[in-house]
Amino acid sequence: MKTKKIAYLGLLVALAFIFSYIETLIPINIGVPGAKLGLANLVIIVALYTIGEKNAFLLSMVRIVLVGFTFANLASMLYSLAGGILSFLAMCIAKRSGKLSTTGVSVVGGVFHNVGQILMAIWVVKTASLVYYLPVLIIAGLASGVAIGILGAMVTKRVKKVVNWD
Amino acid sequence: MEENKKKNDLILIGVLLMVALAAYFCISFFQGANTKNGVAVVTIDDAEYGRFPLVVDTEERIELPDGSYNLLVIQDGKADVTEASCPDGICVNHRAISKQGQSIVCLPNKVVVEIENGEESDLDAVTN
Ligand SMILES: [Zn+2]
Repeated sequence: MKTKKIAYLGLLVALAFIFSYIETLIPINIGVPGAKLGLANLVIIVALYTIGEKNAFLLSMVRIVLVGFTFANLASMLYSLAGGILSFLAMCIAKRSGKLSTTGVSVVGGVFHNVGQILMAIWVVKTASLVYYLPVLIIAGLASGVAIGILGAMVTKRVKKVVNWD
Repeated sequence: MEENKKKNDLILIGVLLMVALAAYFCISFFQGANTKNGVAVVTIDDAEYGRFPLVVDTEERIELPDGSYNLLVIQDGKADVTEASCPDGICVNHRAISKQGQSIVCLPNKVVVEIENGEESDLDAVTN
């Protein structure tokens, strides 16, 4: 990996970390576990479209572990991990299909992030009634996915214009 | 090409909206039956901690070994978590529950408050 790329990846990690922190400050607390604004996903999307799947995945995992140790406890980290991995896999598949724009890919990511979290939560606390939150979580993931996707496409365009990897 | 992608995005959004709506109707079909003699059952990490009948007003401080806690308040036939040590505070913001199958979950503390039917459901009451 070129030095420039490493520096860029470091920058993205820092950005994702800051976004996650901002997210803990904004109380969009609707009494539904697993619903997040998904600001950090903006960074993941930009990474996915600029430095590829492997680096974007690395970024996503590093962010979750960092944030988990700083702002949450171990159980919460487990939920984020499930959401993060499922969301990332879903976004890769969606992107590779070539049928969706950045918005569509981001929507897939947002929805699967919330679904992954709640599935992990159901498994950890053994409470099936958590499925009751599924509709709200799908809508929340959808809404944030659209916003993040539109923003992500704009940022990606600009980054690609400025940075030349090779 | 790009136009096609935009169209697919919209189809995806439409499908997801429909899935959410369908899930919502399925769920409200199964949930929300009023209970007589409802009981708030508290479990921590899948182990039952206690059962609190909704007819009895109480306050229970659910303490965990690591020092975290959730304060369960039973009042006016409803169960509510009014205070907690968890970082997200989602359980505290959740509204009070009283219907069968409703639950308040504190994911960081792995504490679950779920409403269960008391011994007598409506049907039993009739046959008795
Ligand atoms: Zn809580």
